[in-house]
Amino acid sequence: MSNENNGIPRTTPRQSYTFNQDVNSDIRRAAATGIYDIRGGGAKRKVPSFDDLLFMGASISRYPLEGYREKCDTSVTIGGLNASNPIELDTPVTIAGMSFGALSGPAKEALGRGASAAGTSTTTGDGGMTPEERGHSTKLVYQYLPSRYGMNPNDLRKADAIEIVVGQGAKPGGGGMLLGQKISDRVAAMRNLPKGIDQRSACRHPDWTGPDDLEIKILELREITGWKVPIYVKVAGARPYYDVTLAVKAGADAIVLDGMQGGTAATQDVFIEHVGQPTLAIIRPAVKALQDLGMHRKVQLILSGGIRSGADVAKAMALGADAVAIGTAALIALGDNDPKWESEYNKLGTTAGAYDDWQDGLDPAGITTQDPELMARFDPIEGGRRLHNYLSVMTLEAQTIARACGKNHLHNLEPEDLVALTMEAAAMAQVPLAGTDWWPGKGGSY
Amino acid sequence: MQTFDLADSDLRTLNSTLHAQNDDTNQTAWTIENPKGAHAIACGLDAPIEVTIKGSTGYYSAGMNQQATVNIKGSAGPGVAENMMSGKVVIDGDASQYAGATGHGGLLVVKGNASSRCGISMKGINIVVHGNIGHMSAFMAQSGNLVVCGDAGDALGDSCYEARMFVRGSVKSLGADCEEKEMRPEHLEILKDLLEQAESDAKPEEFKRYGSARNLYNFNIDNAY
Ligand SMILES: Cc1cc2nc3c(=O)[nH]c(=O)nc-3n(C[C@H](O)[C@H](O)[C@H](O)COP(=O)(O)O)c2cc1C
Repeated sequence: MSNENNGIPRTTPRQSYTFNQDVNSDIRRAAATGIYDIRGGGAKRKVPSFDDLLFMGASISRYPLEGYREKCDTSVTIGGLNASNPIELDTPVTIAGMSFGALSGPAKEALGRGASAAGTSTTTGDGGMTPEERGHSTKLVYQYLPSRYGMNPNDLRKADAIEIVVGQGAKPGGGGMLLGQKISDRVAAMRNLPKGIDQRSACRHPDWTGPDDLEIKILELREITGWKVPIYVKVAGARPYYDVTLAVKAGADAIVLDGMQGGTAATQDVFIEHVGQPTLAIIRPAVKALQDLGMHRKVQLILSGGIRSGADVAKAMALGADAVAIGTAALIALGDNDPKWESEYNKLGTTAGAYDDWQDGLDPAGITTQDPELMARFDPIEGGRRLHNYLSVMTLEAQTIARACGKNHLHNLEPEDLVALTMEAAAMAQVPLAGTDWWPGKGGSY
Repeated sequence: MQTFDLADSDLRTLNSTLHAQNDDTNQTAWTIENPKGAHAIACGLDAPIEVTIKGSTGYYSAGMNQQATVNIKGSAGPGVAENMMSGKVVIDGDASQYAGATGHGGLLVVKGNASSRCGISMKGINIVVHGNIGHMSAFMAQSGNLVVCGDAGDALGDSCYEARMFVRGSVKSLGADCEEKEMRPEHLEILKDLLEQAESDAKPEEFKRYGSARNLYNFNIDNAY
């Protein structure tokens, strides 16, 4: 292409910011199919996050602890409020609920192996409890979901805690989805559904609506399990102040709060990207709700949605969380999206790191699939070891930061240890913009 | 016969006593006095015992029942026999919303009427209602049989899967993807058996059968709602 047209200089071809190549490909896909895009994973857009926060570290007024030598405790007890057997964890990094169906049996086994070796808990998901994960998890949290697939009192009594799922950060207000390709005989039997159908999990619980009913539902679950195990309530990052207040009022022993970066097995892309609030934005209102009720540290707050490193763990805890949960990061530790499968990702029209068509069940890494051949590529023992390593590193990283801030327990980290790099992050985390003693909204209601 | 008076004792003691019964218990008959609408009465049972509740109950009575027979000599609050696995629950009066929700097995009999969302998300349970049922009943019902000797409200069987709905009276409206189906001899057999177990004198031939049109089983834009 010449730079001139009959002697008149051409302007450089200019792509639109509004109608960029991503947007245009979405429009072409929609026009060709007539149906929205479904995918796995969490929000891919950039949102204010823990990356926008920094720890200040020790100084003349705060003295640090010696790395490796001075103790920095990482243990946490969850659910001591009403349960006679609360959950005791060695590290505050837990494994989030991921459904059998979305993940293969061996992948669930690996999560159990890795979590148990690291002294933490793992969580079932939509579709019920599998022997693989029960057998390999010393602490297993059993999800009580709107679909109630596979729900039964025998598994309920095998659980170390029960998690009533109201919402998920990736899709607040949406139910689950498992497309026909992944409804194998085993998945179909566990869910009591015909094989091969596109299965939609309900978005609302079938037998309770609202906080007053939830309180009675919690009573029923406690009666069935003899008041032994903690009952968590999981909510999406929608209206954290009110959701946490209502969940505590209903009698929850712990709250799981999941921000919009949180992964999902499959949902509409428009839902993932446009509904819900970023993880950074939901934590302070949730902590405020607990403090207003006098329940902070009595009802534990487990934060999830885009947690990747010990730094994220330390920041979540400094802002008031008692523990965190990881989904996507755990899958990556197991081998999801590994560049070693690049040529296979290319065949699927994608590239390592961007692969998110988990709903199709064609995962080259053999994790988000029910296909026996693909599943056989994944070794649950090796996967468990990798997850254990990763959980250990996250814990060590969080301890490194805590010691640098002079704390002998991760729970002693506090907002005062943090500064923000951007106005948005300062406003959301309610910590000073770096170099100032101010944040937007300081002195406001929360 | 063991008697338990909720006016003198509390729910926890009642349920833990009932939970302590196992397959070989010889204390098989229990009566509960003064239920006074309490919630979660006799939930989570798992023994071949017969429990008679002398009055009306609150939410989730006989929830997640296994093996036991629970007779409610009054009306039942929301979610009676929710997620029942096996056994039998009989309500002399009416049942509130979500009766038999997500039940996997066993038989639920309502001698009066049942409110909205009866049999919601049912997964194998059999439900027989002598009277009428409310709107959105058998919503997303997966399997099992819902038998209604009276009338059904709006949106019966919305988004249902393989559950069968049998209605003797009128159906105000059918929900998404639910249609009337042919009544075949095997269905008449199922009905006959369930009506007998539920002590109803309705005749199988008087019923119509409803079930999934299976148009929503795979995503197809022309069938989307
Ligand atoms: C493959 C996959 C399956 C999931 N399945 C469930 C589920 O069954 N129930 C649920 O409550 N959340 C489910 N989630 C969400 C996680 O529990 C958690 O909220 C989320 O993954 C946390 O965010 P992160 O992925 O950024 O760590 C799933 C997430 C993934 C990635």
